[in-house]
Amino acid sequence: MTEIELLSWARGPGLQIATVIFVAGIVIRFFEILMLGRKANLAEARGSEMSGGLKTMFTRTVPDRATYKRSAFTITAGYLFHFGLFITFFMFAPHILLVKDIFGFGWPSLPTPIVDAFAVITIISLLAVLANRLNNKVMRYLTNFEDLLTWFLTLAPLVTGYIAFHRIGFTAPTLLAMHILSVELLMIVFPFTKLMHAFTLFLARWYNGAISGYKGVAS
Amino acid sequence: MKKEPFLTKVGPKDAALGDVLRSNGVSRRSFMKFCATTASMMALPPAMIPMIARALEQARRPSVIWLSFQECTGCTESLTRAHTSTLESLIFDAISLDYHHTLQAASGHAAEEAREMAMEENFGEYLLVVDGSIPLGNPGYSTIAGISNHDMLVEAAKGAAAIIAVGTCSTYGGIPHANPNPTGAVSVGDIITDKPIVNVPGCPPIPVVITGVLAHFLTFGVLPELDHIGRPTAFYGNSIHDRCYRRPFYDKGKFAETFDDEGARKGWCLFKLGCKGPTTYNACATTKWNDGTSFPIEAGHPCLGCSEPDFWDGGSFYRALSAPTENIARTAAYTATGAAVAGIALGALNRAKKKASSKAHIEITIDDLER
Repeated sequence: MTEIELLSWARGPGLQIATVIFVAGIVIRFFEILMLGRKANLAEARGSEMSGGLKTMFTRTVPDRATYKRSAFTITAGYLFHFGLFITFFMFAPHILLVKDIFGFGWPSLPTPIVDAFAVITIISLLAVLANRLNNKVMRYLTNFEDLLTWFLTLAPLVTGYIAFHRIGFTAPTLLAMHILSVELLMIVFPFTKLMHAFTLFLARWYNGAISGYKGVAS
Repeated sequence: MKKEPFLTKVGPKDAALGDVLRSNGVSRRSFMKFCATTASMMALPPAMIPMIARALEQARRPSVIWLSFQECTGCTESLTRAHTSTLESLIFDAISLDYHHTLQAASGHAAEEAREMAMEENFGEYLLVVDGSIPLGNPGYSTIAGISNHDMLVEAAKGAAAIIAVGTCSTYGGIPHANPNPTGAVSVGDIITDKPIVNVPGCPPIPVVITGVLAHFLTFGVLPELDHIGRPTAFYGNSIHDRCYRRPFYDKGKFAETFDDEGARKGWCLFKLGCKGPTTYNACATTKWNDGTSFPIEAGHPCLGCSEPDFWDGGSFYRALSAPTENIARTAAYTATGAAVAGIALGALNRAKKKASSKAHIEITIDDLER
């Protein structure tokens, strides 16, 4: 297989396989979660589920002071790499073209040197969270294989993307193919690991907020 | 100096290249300039320039046999249709092109005799240039004088000092090799494995790259350094994207969205219009075409990636490199529909399980435990 064939495979059949697993996994998991159902709450409602739920979906975005004080590093580095991931994925011109090609709409991109800088920040933040995790005895004890796998699969597209952009080590078609394949690997693992939080995040927040809302307390 | 190529005075067969050039009115100054350009193009140190000059001047015209198989003659056109007669084309004329069925005057048996004679006289020394792919599906798909392309190549390769595969068809199969490859087309390198082969891909390749390879061979007696797919690194060492004058626009995020929008008029990056520059290695952006006039991107058209293997099968030429080659939206929609049904079924199964287990639940009281 030549490198162009590999790149064509990654852009075509490879992406199709990854998309099938990714979409099927997410949709099936969503239906399973939604169909779990909830027991009827016999207590009298003291507030609105909806307003409590909706409010919490946004308030949880800002960490409360006590939590921040306790784990300032994890929160800061966590925010950094999430924001960096957002910029590198959604604001890089070639990525926007991919979105536009699939969904039919796009948006203006950021200049590549800015996206490049964010990629570096994101990579450093991801390395920092792993170092922090392994340096802390409790966190290390709690770390399982899935944590390391998802960390690696999140970092891989960033690193391969960075070296593909700067053409380090290999020729361009190989680098681009490696980058696309690393993303496809991430897509395949996505629905079956904690990475799923990207989709269940607001659902879970709403659920927590709704419970407190029903009771008429702050969440 | 306007001159038709192949009408230059080539002199006797054993004339040295220097004599041929002089008899065509090429001054010492322009000859040295050519040597310096060749040296710099091939990333050789300046100290090599006199050596190149000396070697080229004294070089005897090597015998070249040019075989054309499944091809469109575009590669030959590229070499011979230079607007003005250049030193490069003179160097090319100054080789002894003993067989080239498109260019030679002889035809039929006389032409084939010329090939056989050249092969015999220069056994082990001649250069074999090949353009076009070789069909393996059926020998009858492409024949010359009743000889199949495969047999002619194998026979001619036996006595060749080296082979120069010219054009994407002979280097990687090209259009004939494109899916579904009805003739079973393969490249020269797929058949000949025991001879040094230089791949000079491109559809067509840049003329100066061919003369550069010839100059290197005449000077050093060996072939230039090649990359992992057999291309001379001196010419194919950089990607079009890395050497493109529109690269700053890519970095700034300024793209032409269509062929006639403001971005296109301002000469912004053509990535969104499908430019394959980032994955294509060739010298177009530096040597350019038509005597250094321009190259496709400069003319406002995205790079097709013609010097890369299987460039015909890489999806639409006008589809951005980061866009998928298959219809992913349709795949996702079908999958989502199927998965929704599966999800509902699984959810129902989970509910049934939950219901069954709560039904099977037996309440135990303190009295039961005390019994």
